[in-house]
Amino acid sequence: MTETSAIQVRGLSKHYRIALSDDAPSTAAEAALRRIRHPFQRTEYERFTALDGLDFDIAPGSAVGILGRNGAGKSTLLKILTRVSAPSEGQVRLAGRIGSLLEIGTGFHPELTGRENVFLNGTLLGMHRAEIQRRFDEIVDFSGVEKFLDTPVKRYSSGMYVRLAFAVAAHLDTEILAIDEVLAVGDAEFQAKCIDRMRRAADEGRTVLYVSHQVQTVSALCTSALYLENGRLIMQGSVDDAIELYQTSRDKVHLAQTDIDRRPGSGELRITSATISSPLYRTTEPRTIEFVVGSNPDFIGKYFVSCHVNDRHGTTLLQCDSRVTGLWLDADQDQKVALTISSPWLKPGEYSIDLFVCNAGVLDSFEGAARFEIHPVLPYPQAISGEGLENGLVLADFEYVRQ
Amino acid sequence: MSRSIVINPPGRLAIPEWHELWEAREVFWSFGVRDLKLRYRQTALGVVWVVLQPLLSAGIFSIVFGKIANLPSDGVPYFVFSFAGMLAWSLFSGIVGRAGPSLVSNQALVSKVFFPRVLVPLSVVLSVMVDFLVAGALMVGLLVAFGIWPGWPLLLLPLWILLVVLLASGIGLAASALMVTYRDIQYVIPFALQTLLYASPLAYSLSAVGSSVRWLFDINPLTWLLEGFRWSLLGLSAPAAWQVVAAVVTSLAVFALGLLVFSKMERGFADVI
Repeated sequence: MTETSAIQVRGLSKHYRIALSDDAPSTAAEAALRRIRHPFQRTEYERFTALDGLDFDIAPGSAVGILGRNGAGKSTLLKILTRVSAPSEGQVRLAGRIGSLLEIGTGFHPELTGRENVFLNGTLLGMHRAEIQRRFDEIVDFSGVEKFLDTPVKRYSSGMYVRLAFAVAAHLDTEILAIDEVLAVGDAEFQAKCIDRMRRAADEGRTVLYVSHQVQTVSALCTSALYLENGRLIMQGSVDDAIELYQTSRDKVHLAQTDIDRRPGSGELRITSATISSPLYRTTEPRTIEFVVGSNPDFIGKYFVSCHVNDRHGTTLLQCDSRVTGLWLDADQDQKVALTISSPWLKPGEYSIDLFVCNAGVLDSFEGAARFEIHPVLPYPQAISGEGLENGLVLADFEYVRQ
Repeated sequence: MSRSIVINPPGRLAIPEWHELWEAREVFWSFGVRDLKLRYRQTALGVVWVVLQPLLSAGIFSIVFGKIANLPSDGVPYFVFSFAGMLAWSLFSGIVGRAGPSLVSNQALVSKVFFPRVLVPLSVVLSVMVDFLVAGALMVGLLVAFGIWPGWPLLLLPLWILLVVLLASGIGLAASALMVTYRDIQYVIPFALQTLLYASPLAYSLSAVGSSVRWLFDINPLTWLLEGFRWSLLGLSAPAAWQVVAAVVTSLAVFALGLLVFSKMERGFADVI
């Protein structure tokens, strides 16, 4: 491994097996019975891929935010990195111990006192008794519950509970610290304290991984970010870029349903309707989208339109700007425009279309204006599957000739 | 920079990571201490329960088997005889009965935090051992009161204790791992323990067993261990040499097997629990 990375992930995948028709045996008796009845039949499973071939490196001392929509694989990734769950493929190398703060207060026992829980939880998180002893006052001080140290935590308010739990975890001395959505609790003051504490951890040269839906805390805490979608790593880079990706991906879902006036863009002109000629195309078939841009007599000058075609991971594959074809439009009347895209060949799968109306700035940004699917039959004379087609974003119309 | 950790997909044959176990030895203590504290806190009688349980069982056994059924007790007062059996039995059943459901009842931990999972079922040994020591002190009192001196076989007592712990832990490990996937194990364990309680010569003497079913007792590892216990505690006749050898081999094998089953299933726990 390169000495410079705190976390090195190579080809990491995680699959879950989901039994079809929910008939997986959940009791030993059932399992045995089935084995006797159908000695050769194997239960049919559907494979669900939670993480799909992740590759990345994280430098020591960086605070990395992991962003993505629900089900993108963030928590699965964190579970694998913290060794709670095992990967299906690939390898992870960690330079040093990893401490985790997955869901605060796990390992707290309601019947035990605050003091006892600090020791129990501390050892569970990987601290040594002597270490806890040494930092005990610091932990208690941070939590602010010193008065109730000898009260069973079941009598704590939820706020006190969380503060004590976080205080223990915040004093972990592991080289890597993984945090999953803990700041959603506690008052603003305590949250600020936590962020400060985590930032200090990063300043001390420790590596912090932080999963959250709260964009503000990610941007407050992290120096770089990973963006996941459908179990794939879409990008690794600056926090701002990741947040933008995260937000557009979220908008894509929402915008299709929200009303026209809430779309981004100045709103001087709006796309009033958009229709795609077919929901399903063959690979080689031309795709046509028709849309109408409403009129605005107050609008001065001409405008142009643009169309993005994105694959299901949100990657923009095609950009069709009307300027390159010389099309400029007037705003004094409704404009009905048809765009036909004949090439390149798209891979089988789902695609979404974003439409834009612009002049100097963006007037309307209609993300997720339409969707279509490409039929899985391929345009090539020979059928092949798997790695022969995986690389490359689109399909090419090509031929080989022996000379 | 400290030692780096490599995480790979689970292999075909899993063996426990000794290094990690040693690193996490404090977790073992914490769990054991937690169990003890929880058990004796908020129970009015506290330690008294530990003493009372085997006493009551031994009392009932001596009434049912000694007085009503009039079974022999090899020349030892029936109460002392069955108490010695209870001592070994509660060690065995305590470990199996508590290790079995331990993973499932610590679900939140297993699915959220990493630590060697094997420590969860193994740590019950700690609190069961404490119970055993309390009951053991009572046993000493009984021996003194009845003037029984077993002689040098007493030196072998630690061996029997160790073997019972190994045998019970092996079963407990496998049971706890299987229970993660198959929840009906939790109904099987109490039933199996109860069956074993009567199928093993702990409340009655092996000499009361008819020759037609004697083979059933001879193949039961608990018979060998119980005989060993009584030999060391009460100075009764020694178990046959083959039984001693078989007891050692079986206990070690069961423990190793339980550990292997556990390690094999360990990495999938968080996904299925």
